[in-house]
Amino acid sequence: MAEFFHMGGYGLYVWGSFGVTAICMIAEPLLLRGRSRGIRKRIARIARSEQGAHQ
Amino acid sequence: MSPRSVHWFKFSSPSTFYPVAGKISTVSAVIAVVLIAVGLYMSFFVAPTDYKQGEGYRIIFVHVPASWMSMFIYVVMAGWAAIGLVFNTRLSAMMAQALAPTGAMFAFLSLWTGSFWGKPMWGTWWVWDARITAELILLFLYLGYMALRSSIDDPRRGDRASAILLLVGVVNIPIIYYSVQWWNTLHQGATIKMGEQSSMDETMLITMLVMTFAFWAYAIAVTMARVRTVILERERTTTWVRELAMGER
Amino acid sequence: MLEALIWIIRRDLTIAMRRRADIFTTLIFFVIVVSLFPLGIGPELDTLRLIAPGVVWVGALLASMLALEQIFSADHRDGTLEQMLLTPQPVSLLVVGKVLAHWLVTGLPLVVMAPLLGLQYDLSWPGLQALVLSLLLGTPALSLIGAIGAALTLGLRSGGVLLALLVLPLYIPVLIFGAGAVEATVSGLGGQSHLAMLAAILVGSLVLAPVATAAALRVAED
Repeated sequence: MAEFFHMGGYGLYVWGSFGVTAICMIAEPLLLRGRSRGIRKRIARIARSEQGAHQ
Repeated sequence: MSPRSVHWFKFSSPSTFYPVAGKISTVSAVIAVVLIAVGLYMSFFVAPTDYKQGEGYRIIFVHVPASWMSMFIYVVMAGWAAIGLVFNTRLSAMMAQALAPTGAMFAFLSLWTGSFWGKPMWGTWWVWDARITAELILLFLYLGYMALRSSIDDPRRGDRASAILLLVGVVNIPIIYYSVQWWNTLHQGATIKMGEQSSMDETMLITMLVMTFAFWAYAIAVTMARVRTVILERERTTTWVRELAMGER
Repeated sequence: MLEALIWIIRRDLTIAMRRRADIFTTLIFFVIVVSLFPLGIGPELDTLRLIAPGVVWVGALLASMLALEQIFSADHRDGTLEQMLLTPQPVSLLVVGKVLAHWLVTGLPLVVMAPLLGLQYDLSWPGLQALVLSLLLGTPALSLIGAIGAALTLGLRSGGVLLALLVLPLYIPVLIFGAGAVEATVSGLGGQSHLAMLAAILVGSLVLAPVATAAALRVAED
């Protein structure tokens, strides 16, 4: 196992590359989901308040 | 207009495209996860150790696909920009807008992984190699596009101005690449020789292709998800978006 | 058509002459930037000779970029530009005229000043010639390409910095061949091929950039 992470001496470089790529490709969808939720909530809130004003 | 073109233009309306984009995004996300799992397994357990570069060469399994994607996405963005300018479809501009952050991310990853590969192979974190330099400039082009996009408040002006910028950029990319290469060959003394390319094993090539398709699916999934948020943001005053947002609670 | 071109150049030159301070600002910026490098790097003439082409070229590039905002901004503010877009003359012609006038006012002084700065760096005589020639071919191309950025960022909040971000990557080929021409001449390789490339870039940008700029102006004034 330790040998696997050691990568024949290239551990830092291999995991530095794959790790950062993984972080980016996990973070991007998560951030996007947060943004999408925020927008939906905002739109719903505005729509509801306008509906309330009409009644 | 032929019936076929009518059919296609139907999808160019944001309200019809919104649910379609959702489905494409989900399917692509599933494909991406499967392919990335396969690709990672192949990268570490199937592909053999390179006789010259040892285990360090495994970096190319993320580096090369990321570089390809960064270039490909810019060209696709320019294609959407051209369609948007010619047919005046709002959705095309939204597609370009949705692609940009992912393209920039891949350009960044290409540089990052490239420098992590360069340190053990060339002995330095950064080399002014023609390809690396061109990739850096590509990242600048992405950042310029996003900066222009976000500093124009009027969406219609933003669409068209950034489309013009994309087209100017795509015309310039070959010139930039050529000039950087010229510059690089003239300054051979300063750069480090790449050394003879070790011939690529077949499993290595297949692994790289699997990763490329995985990144491709990922890019489609994320872009489609992002184009949905762009649509919601820009169509927030329309009734269909309001009904959608109200109904979701 | 030619008449309209000459008219617009004369008009812009007259206006520029009334605000001569602007011309000098660009020029002084150029001189100061180029003079800063020896202070940062050290006064050894061997080193300075080596970096001279790059430093003078980067200085000229930054100076001409700083001046870009002025191409359209005044006419945009007082509404003249909107009127100009309504005239029957093709907009790209108008752009060529305005860019040419702008270059005569901000670019040409840089070309004239460059040999003096080259002397500060102990550039040889052929090197100085190549410097002037490369700037003569390169700075109009910079103005033409930069005009696209100026038109795209017209009237935007973050205009200046944004303009730099958009335009600088597109300037790279001009910088490479411009500085390369001087360097190749100094090292005895001959800068002809570089100068030929610069000329090609100039012709290419003369054909394509005004079209893009005109499109961007229409978008901005819409």
